[in-house]
Amino acid sequence: MMNYIWAFLIILSTICAIFTGNISFLSNAVLSGANDAVSLIISILGMMAFWTGIMKIAEKSKITEYLSNLFSPIIKFIFPDCPPGSPSAKAICMNITANLLGLGNAATPFGIEAMKKLQKNNDSKSTATNSMAMLIVINTASLQLIPTLLCTLRQKHGCANPMEIIPHLWIISAVSLTVGIISTKILEKVK
Amino acid sequence: MNNFGFYVVPITITIILTASLYKRVPAFETFLEGDTEGIKSTFSIAPSLIGLIIAVSMLKSSGALDLFKNLIMPIANIFNFPPDIIPLALLRPVSGSGSIALLDNIFKTCGPESHAGKLGSLIMGSTETTFYTLAVYFGSVKIKNCRHTVICALIADFTAVLMSILISNLFYH
Repeated sequence: MMNYIWAFLIILSTICAIFTGNISFLSNAVLSGANDAVSLIISILGMMAFWTGIMKIAEKSKITEYLSNLFSPIIKFIFPDCPPGSPSAKAICMNITANLLGLGNAATPFGIEAMKKLQKNNDSKSTATNSMAMLIVINTASLQLIPTLLCTLRQKHGCANPMEIIPHLWIISAVSLTVGIISTKILEKVK
Repeated sequence: MNNFGFYVVPITITIILTASLYKRVPAFETFLEGDTEGIKSTFSIAPSLIGLIIAVSMLKSSGALDLFKNLIMPIANIFNFPPDIIPLALLRPVSGSGSIALLDNIFKTCGPESHAGKLGSLIMGSTETTFYTLAVYFGSVKIKNCRHTVICALIADFTAVLMSILISNLFYH
């Protein structure tokens, strides 16, 4: 899909530039875009590296496991076919915790592990179970305590208080997560 | 409320470091290990960022973004929705790097403190690359029939966008 979108964006730009007479700006845009990309990567590199380092300490200090234990009572309600302590419930808890802490690289392997565990108890192997749908909806709701990349990007563009949006983001994510969970619970009953 | 954001990062770091001392985890060594991974993963998104930022930069200079903005303006005005945000909201569920490129462009043209900049930040922070996640998760166990997953994930994303508009109108205006 990205193949089409990317090609479409560039072809559309060229056609549009010819009609609007902006073609001279377009060739400069390639150069300045390349420049912008590199400066963006350099400016986020420090904070992304620092934060992954801090989160590695959290992981090694068992904070991830501790938090994931806190979630297990809630998991029982949201995923009724995953009893507490079962391998699938553990993988789901770790996946949610990793997402919460912004450990994108760790969240995906845990999520896939959970999917595989859920698939074992699935009667029809090509159809998603209720719990699989729920896991994915929770994963796409983006509940993250500290959005490092976003804040770094805001600061790069001269924002005086890039972290100001964090409490607001928590409210938004909590509401959208709740709506997502409720709608999944309702729609799973529809055949 | 606004000052609260300043406390989040330092307090999180302090809690984590205190826990590492308590658990006798070698803090700095562990930090270096994770920090190396962080550098690798940032560089791993570099190729797609370069491709997409160039595409967005071309789109902007060609006037295509302005044309699209003018086209969408009448509808956007009704909802007090800055038109610069629409491309971001459209690309967000499909591409992470693409939405970073668009958000970077919004910050550059309107500033991170503008209405568009703040609303863009809220949308970016409260939604995910839904279709990418669907593909990776269902692909890993070869599920073909996703049933209600797509619609529910999109309901959650749509709620996040609505909430972002609400919050940005409540707190920033």
